[in-house]
Amino acid sequence: MDARTAQALIRFGLGRRGEEPLPTDPVAWLQAQVEGEDTAAFAGLPTVSDGLTLLREQLRLNLPPGTTLVGPVYQQDVRAQTELLLTTEAPFRERLVWFWANHFTVSTRQPQCYATVGPFVREAIRPYVTGPFLAMLVAVMRHPAMLVYLDNAGSVGPNSTAGKGQKRGLNENLARECLELHTLGVDGGYTQADVTELARVISGWSVDMDRLYPGFLFRPATHEPGGKTLLGRRVPPGEAGGIAALEMLANHPATHRHLAVKLVRHFVADVPPPGAVAAVEGVLRDTGGDLGAASIALLHLPEAWEPLGKVRTPQDYAVAALRALDLPAEATVPPAGMLNGVLTGLGQPVWAAPLPNGWADDAGGWTGPEAAMRRVDWAYSVSGRVGDRDAADVAEAALGPLLTAGTRDALHGAGSRRDALALLLSSPEFQRR
Amino acid sequence: MMTMGMSRRSALLGLSAAFTVGRTSLALADAPGQKRLVVVLLRGALDGMAAVVPYGDPDLVGLRGALVPPGPGQPDGLLDLGGFHGLHPALSGLHGMFRGGEALLVHAVAGSYRSRSHFEAQDYMESGANERMSSGWLNRAVTAIPGRRANGALAVGVTVPLLLRGPAAVGSYAPASYGALSPDLYARIAALSAHDPVLGPAIAEGLRDRGFTKETLAGSDPVKAGDVAGVAAAAGRLLAAADGPRVAAMELGGWDTHAGQAQRLMGPLKQLDAGLVALKGALGAAWKDTAVLVMTEFGRTARVNGTRGTDHGTASVAFVLGGAVAGGRVAGTWPGLTDGKLFENRDLAPTTDVRSLAMGLLVEHMGVPAAAMATVFPGSGGVSRDAGLLRS
Repeated sequence: MDARTAQALIRFGLGRRGEEPLPTDPVAWLQAQVEGEDTAAFAGLPTVSDGLTLLREQLRLNLPPGTTLVGPVYQQDVRAQTELLLTTEAPFRERLVWFWANHFTVSTRQPQCYATVGPFVREAIRPYVTGPFLAMLVAVMRHPAMLVYLDNAGSVGPNSTAGKGQKRGLNENLARECLELHTLGVDGGYTQADVTELARVISGWSVDMDRLYPGFLFRPATHEPGGKTLLGRRVPPGEAGGIAALEMLANHPATHRHLAVKLVRHFVADVPPPGAVAAVEGVLRDTGGDLGAASIALLHLPEAWEPLGKVRTPQDYAVAALRALDLPAEATVPPAGMLNGVLTGLGQPVWAAPLPNGWADDAGGWTGPEAAMRRVDWAYSVSGRVGDRDAADVAEAALGPLLTAGTRDALHGAGSRRDALALLLSSPEFQRR
Repeated sequence: MMTMGMSRRSALLGLSAAFTVGRTSLALADAPGQKRLVVVLLRGALDGMAAVVPYGDPDLVGLRGALVPPGPGQPDGLLDLGGFHGLHPALSGLHGMFRGGEALLVHAVAGSYRSRSHFEAQDYMESGANERMSSGWLNRAVTAIPGRRANGALAVGVTVPLLLRGPAAVGSYAPASYGALSPDLYARIAALSAHDPVLGPAIAEGLRDRGFTKETLAGSDPVKAGDVAGVAAAAGRLLAAADGPRVAAMELGGWDTHAGQAQRLMGPLKQLDAGLVALKGALGAAWKDTAVLVMTEFGRTARVNGTRGTDHGTASVAFVLGGAVAGGRVAGTWPGLTDGKLFENRDLAPTTDVRSLAMGLLVEHMGVPAAAMATVFPGSGGVSRDAGLLRS
């Protein structure tokens, strides 16, 4: 394996799985994952409507904790989506899915989201990762998971039919995060007035829990009437106003810059090189926010092929280790269904970011002393459960020329296979992406 | 985790849980009759000359004076074994067995392997062959015992060691806990990251936060012998039960002492010693029907290296213990340490093949037919079993 292939598998993929066949042209291989169809299948998993139905029944029956209707369905979704990380042959596409799911964080820290976060990723993120950003933004902003997570479902225009004479009013949460986190960025040039105005624009974007198939509902009765002004431009009243506002935001130069910074930080360097950001930003601008084109542009950045400097997130780390050890999903120890348990232990439980800004995407967020020790401890435990794998073989397959002489010597000098594997998985180069 | 209630093998059968404490793990297999066999694998290469010190050899101090404890009778001195060899002072329990005639210490032991790779050497040692096989000699021996009960064997441990893998079914009991890293492995990982600007400081600080000091990472922390003793006692109780298994394999790590050997060996030796004492205690009356073989993949260099440790070598020491063992002596042929006597001018030269000890215990103690030795130890045609390991 040459260094460029090794780097492609790690930087843009999820780490090589065992001794899986190597691409002859790594960039073409990555690009084909963006240009091809999504082949992931999630048969039998719930729609957001199913999730909300279970949530509704759970609330109606007032079930005690531990006997929730939502829980098993949520676990099933976690398992299906994390197992795919271990087995996928389109790892770049999966990386994009998890990147955008983190960009548009919905978290189970808000417990009602257990019912909807799995469907959210499959319905509002996954289908759009290689399409126009606007399509994803609209799908996210109208998805019940986001509307509940950031409280827009209950937001009421003060001058709406329902709002007049009542004490209910706007909830700015989703509007603010939409501007700050999802589109323009904190330095994107908006004001508090814009936040409030966007909240008015999307008032009435809500969730109907009462109908047979619960889901998104635009409620004219809670929508703030009249035209609005967002970023100095007129936005029409009604449901169409929200779409118009999102169009304006999705195509805003500040949004292109913000997304470019985040993409480059995720795939290239904690401190995004300005030239790389400018290149991706330019592609977003020139293509009307085409995320597939932006993803491909990342592959062609010279900076993307400089030595790996980023530290893997816990999820990326655990997934890469399990792939390197080539543990079949059913034999994975801990079993793949418990991958979320592993990630919880390492500090990154699935879909449970503490705040709407999602998980950290730089080394500082993941390299506290105890965090580093937990990785080492987990490396040792997983190394004890894989039988007689020769660490030198695993290292050669997973890292190829990226393996340093120091680590090779350490593997050779280890007192047991288990120690050698633990050293490999704890080595600085294995923790990089 | 193993609890005291787990004294019956039947309580374990069918559980796919594991059983590991610290760096020790244990695997068990079923065999008929009352005779018990325990094999203890010391992974990482025990320095035999540090465990059973040939203090009477005039060349010893010249080769490794810095590693030689004070002589018998001095404070923290060697425990005498009859005027030429002395046991490391951390092995006082083993010394008690020696004085009771229940410990046979065999020096200058090695298998057939000479290339000094831990992994290959362990594979060969467990395969009982000059190659890595898919089964271990202990499993093949179990299948060869006449009248073997059909109700399955039992492995207890994170993984079943190759030693006990093979055609004889081995059930498993897996651990709730993953086990803990040795201070030595922590130190190696810290060293690997030492120059990394991000991970280096994080791991160093993480170790400090967990109370590791330079001294503890060098292996001289107060010994937590209870871990190994707990596993060994559990093994003893399982083996002692009337319907319990009759064959067990234990693994113990921490022997790869390339640096600071005098400090680093203290913990593993104390753990081993406490484990052997606990095993004997838990076996109770069954100790008289038990034989224990303690072996390692190879020995270490006769000379001390540049970091007050020793590097990979050839011959080491093996222990044969038990109520029926003709012990109380140091066996084997001492090859000497003078110029020209060292193997490849660096290692203690091997004079006893470890397979002769294993064969002796399998045939004379466990009743494995001698004819089966050709399949238990393929390619061992030149090795004859030691028929003098047990009291007749």
